[in-house]
Amino acid sequence: MTKKQKKVLYRIIITIILMVALAWIPSKGVVRFVLYMVPYFVIGYDILRKAVKGIIKKQVFDENFLMAVATVGAIAIAITTDGDYMEAIAVMLFYQIGELFQSYAVGKSRKNISELMDIRPDYANVEVNGVLEQVDPDEVHVGSFIVIQPGEKIPLDGTIVEGNTTLNTSALTGESVPRDARLGDEVISGCINMTGLIKVKTSKEFGESTVSKILDLVENSSSKKSRSENFISRFAKYYTPAVCYSALALAILPPIVRMLFMGADPEWGVWVYRALAFLVTSCPCALVISIPLSFFAGIGGASREGILVKGSNYLEALSQAKYVVFDKTGTVTQGVFEVTGVYHNQIPQEELLEYAALAESYSTHPISKSLKKAYGKRLDMEKVSDVKEISGNGVTAQVLGKTVAVGNEKLMNALLISFEKTDAVGTIVYVAIDGRFVGSIVISDKVKPTAKEAMEALKRSGMKRLVMLTGDAKSVADSVAMELGIDEVHSELLPADKVTQVERLLEEKNAKEKLIFVGDGVNDAPVLSRADIGIAMGAIGSDAAIEAADIVLMDDNPLKIARAIQISKKCISIVYENIYFAIGVKLLCLLFVAIGIANMWFAIFADVGVMVIAVLNATRTLGIFNRTAKKENAHV
Amino acid sequence: MKKIYKIEVDCANCANKMEEAAKKTAGVKDAVVNFMTLKMNVEFEDGADIDSVMQEVIKNCKIVEDDCEIYL
Repeated sequence: MTKKQKKVLYRIIITIILMVALAWIPSKGVVRFVLYMVPYFVIGYDILRKAVKGIIKKQVFDENFLMAVATVGAIAIAITTDGDYMEAIAVMLFYQIGELFQSYAVGKSRKNISELMDIRPDYANVEVNGVLEQVDPDEVHVGSFIVIQPGEKIPLDGTIVEGNTTLNTSALTGESVPRDARLGDEVISGCINMTGLIKVKTSKEFGESTVSKILDLVENSSSKKSRSENFISRFAKYYTPAVCYSALALAILPPIVRMLFMGADPEWGVWVYRALAFLVTSCPCALVISIPLSFFAGIGGASREGILVKGSNYLEALSQAKYVVFDKTGTVTQGVFEVTGVYHNQIPQEELLEYAALAESYSTHPISKSLKKAYGKRLDMEKVSDVKEISGNGVTAQVLGKTVAVGNEKLMNALLISFEKTDAVGTIVYVAIDGRFVGSIVISDKVKPTAKEAMEALKRSGMKRLVMLTGDAKSVADSVAMELGIDEVHSELLPADKVTQVERLLEEKNAKEKLIFVGDGVNDAPVLSRADIGIAMGAIGSDAAIEAADIVLMDDNPLKIARAIQISKKCISIVYENIYFAIGVKLLCLLFVAIGIANMWFAIFADVGVMVIAVLNATRTLGIFNRTAKKENAHV
Repeated sequence: MKKIYKIEVDCANCANKMEEAAKKTAGVKDAVVNFMTLKMNVEFEDGADIDSVMQEVIKNCKIVEDDCEIYL
């Protein structure tokens, strides 16, 4: 608890003691009044002061004003009848208890969220003349050598120059499986070094490093408010004056009507009392606090799982998503080319790959890289001679005294080699040895392992249509779409065509249904900003993507899209629960009070009770994330 | 020109009122106050003198909510 909260707590305790004591002390008239005023001022002085200040500054209608008028009024009634002062004190007391609970809950959520996002490194071990020195990460220059021991956070982005290790990236990506990092690998700040000591040459300053960018994004995710939040602030603005005037009407109109038209006793006391209880009931705190709290918990919880949402409006829009448009390369596929098959081979597969890899060994083309990777063993370059690159077609080379030709159909045709055509989808490399066709190797971009599961999860969560847009060839695109169960594919598109396609879909759909575009952030900026919700994935380190997207997925796992939608739905349902519950109960209580079946005690219990329930409900989101977080940590 | 300020305020409704007050200040194009993160995002009009505008913002916020703080 903060100092302020503790002070309120002491005041509450003192007031309760005084109230109990006063109940045992018999007193009358002025003495009684003075005695009871002691606990009243102990508990309510700040509210009275704020109410008076508000009136002086012409900012009349707020909760302080409501409480001040209600309690002063109740005391006035009590004076005239030498009646129950307890009521006024109790109203103040419970109001303060409610406020204390609220501020405690809010403070606790703030703390929880900041602990979840505890990725800020405190120091960096810089090597100066062979001696390690702990310095503020802010003071480390680009190109410095830093040492990270096991258990420490990587403070700055850089490249490993010494040592191998495994990294825990869960704080950044929500991914609990540790990642290996070897000499020469790039490492990003915010990861935790788990096993080995490494030395890193920094490549960015702290302000530019990944961890700073993420923290910036999370801490400033507040710049756009959701419709529900705006609704509540508008609601609160009109609501308080409205109830004040209603209360005034409740105090004045019925007695006048009774007096003039019914010829009955006006019963001023009864109606004024009801009006005061009406004021107590009406306090809008429950709504005003619980809605932003729910969104805050939602955004905070999502960021713990590596889903960074830039504003509560996007979280809200996400729950209404019905269309998901994907970019292909790098989003549903890995964007890395790999050997996916060997066909019609007349020599063993291993041997075929070895010949192909050797012939291509001098090339830096992505295809030769994937051949080398598929072969997997070290290549003895001395076995290769006389390499000729035939641009756009392939290579020929002497390998162990044999003439090896590796390339596409055109190369085979040019060399007059008859070959068997392969229907497989992807880039096809034909291999011939000494003028005789020995087999073909298919190289293609591999679909991400979780892509299919991700599409199924999206369908389950109520997506109407999944669309894939790609610049790639039709055959490749169609086969990927078929494999994953994507409804609609548009292939061979230029970047501008993607925007056109998204605009067409935006026009086709119902205005209430939202469209998500998911891209890997490369060349996607126009589409990302055109869609209702732009999601950039695998965006660690890509400034353009972080800038253009509304939601950033830290790792490149497409399953996270469905997870983000799930979180948003959960959060929005809690928001609506609170809106309906709080407004509903409030209106009902106002009615009870107006017709006289509820007194002021009931009113204050209703007010504080609704608020406590709404706040507890709002923090429920946070509770769920906390549990999953703990489970994950237990795994690590 | 956008800037983010840390603020100190006790209740959510007061934060909403601060937002209203900041929005109405001359030289401020738009303002958003987030109670949960205790941040005020202010977008200034082109060519506005940020320091003097912020002084006005503080003054206006103090009128609607006495118990608030904006850290410049």
